[in-house]
Amino acid sequence: MTAPAPPGLRPDLAPIVGMIEPGSRVLDIGCGDGELLEYLVHRRQVTGRGMEIVQEGVNACVARGLSVIQGDADTDLSDYPTAAFDYVVLTFTLQATRDPRQVLAEMLRIGRYGIVSITNYAYWPLRLGLLLRGQMPTAEVDGVAWHASGNIRRCTIVDFETLGAELGLSVDRRIGLGRRHPDGRLPEVRCLPNLRACQAIYLLHRDPGS
Amino acid sequence: MNAPTISEDRPQDTVRFGRDAPLRLDCGVALDGLAIAYQTYGELNAARSNAVLVCHALTGDQHVASPHPLTGRPGWWQLLVGPGRLVDTRRFFVICANVVGGCQGTTGPKEPDPTTGRPYGLDFPVITVGDMVRAQAMLLDHLGIDQLFCVLGGSMGGMQVLQWASAYPDRVYAAVPIATAARHSAQNIAFHEVGRQAIMADPDWRDGKYLEFDVRPRAGLAVARMAAHITYLSEPALHRKFGRNLQDRERVTYGFEADFQVESYLRHQGSTFVNRFDANSYLYITRAMDYFDLAAEHEGVLAKAFARTPVRFCVVSFSSDWLFPTAQSKAIVRALNAAAANVSFVEIQTDKGHDAFLLDEPEFHATLAGFLNGCAERRGLPGPA
Repeated sequence: MTAPAPPGLRPDLAPIVGMIEPGSRVLDIGCGDGELLEYLVHRRQVTGRGMEIVQEGVNACVARGLSVIQGDADTDLSDYPTAAFDYVVLTFTLQATRDPRQVLAEMLRIGRYGIVSITNYAYWPLRLGLLLRGQMPTAEVDGVAWHASGNIRRCTIVDFETLGAELGLSVDRRIGLGRRHPDGRLPEVRCLPNLRACQAIYLLHRDPGS
Repeated sequence: MNAPTISEDRPQDTVRFGRDAPLRLDCGVALDGLAIAYQTYGELNAARSNAVLVCHALTGDQHVASPHPLTGRPGWWQLLVGPGRLVDTRRFFVICANVVGGCQGTTGPKEPDPTTGRPYGLDFPVITVGDMVRAQAMLLDHLGIDQLFCVLGGSMGGMQVLQWASAYPDRVYAAVPIATAARHSAQNIAFHEVGRQAIMADPDWRDGKYLEFDVRPRAGLAVARMAAHITYLSEPALHRKFGRNLQDRERVTYGFEADFQVESYLRHQGSTFVNRFDANSYLYITRAMDYFDLAAEHEGVLAKAFARTPVRFCVVSFSSDWLFPTAQSKAIVRALNAAAANVSFVEIQTDKGHDAFLLDEPEFHATLAGFLNGCAERRGLPGPA
């Protein structure tokens, strides 16, 4: 079980906070309205920067006093210098990019560590739904029909780890999370995560020499 | 030097520099006896850390938050600057100076040339955005201000903001370049050239010596203003405001009077402008904008203009601004990212075109307030009341 989320922080963001050293430099790609970034800046004393594609999100962030630019993970990461950050965070954004392979490579060029969260499309109720109903998963994941979902690159925990290995990335930590409890907590799944976790959060770094 | 303790309604100041302190211009000329006319609002705190420099645009001036002495109209950015406003003059010491080459009291082509006693006219040296900023730095030295809390401005004011951050990174804590670019585009230069040719085609321009003949190239300057004014708006904004509506008439007159409201509006813009602006100043200041190319001064690499900058930036563009389009702001942001600078960037959705930076745009104002308050907190300045 993960610890209860800190007050005011979304439960799925809490494990990410735990992966980040206080006082480090963090780039949050797809930072939304800045909830994670604000928490990190104010409670973990990080030097935080953000990128967000949706204008309302950017404005919300800047109005919170955060340094955030409007940008697209697929095209704008090349503007950042190498090793500019300690951590580059990508929460539920990787599967919405056109070229996740390139985005991952860029992340670990810009940052020493990458933190990525993904939706696990091998979660057993999704498998069952596909088997029995013959339909793509919706409600179990983001509640959005296949044609409306931003996740255009759907993958499983096994798929993601295969790509990571191809790119020479090492997994420092993996946290599988199960279905949300009624009280909002997200239980950690340690056993058979590709079957039993509906999402996974990774702390990655690039192997030296790769 | 005593700290300037300045009340809200203090009349404008003019500082005159002696021959020992010439303004060294980019063209090579040392400009003697520089005068800078400026307005201040609010009070400088004991630590001298709450100064905000507002840079005005092409046809703006120092009257940012108080009525204009010639037109009686409200300050050009009174929406943003004033007591209790976003740039709160109860928290900040706000400075706005007429640019060098201008016509509201700062040394420019209509002022007398000390060597002849006659107005400079075209004998005035060509000035640049770099010169404008160097002159403002002299003003800050005069006021005893080492570091600005913030420098902000739109359009040509934004160019000055970029120049400030690049030339004096240690004198700027936060910078807000709005609706601007790190260089003037071919299209921008083209529009300016139309304006300049309109002025110079007016027989009353008299090779720039009109003041000596006691005439003004009113028609030429009005046309320049009319053409420029179109570039400050957007097609949807013009349509919303005027459509094809007729001016005080039921049908077209089959003549060349201002049948359409949009014609009448532009003519009004042109004719009121000539009462407050000097034609030669218009030539010089448009030229300064045309020459602006920050990357060119840094081996063609804009990021080098901001290498290791400690300045916090908030870059703002407007979606319908076709004079300084968002792509120009994004080029600035890319360069700042490459320089690992602390930068925020927003594109405000609006149909009001380039002029949106002067208008009531709540999202723009919310963004700016968030940025300023965040910076003030880090700088140890009081927050909003």
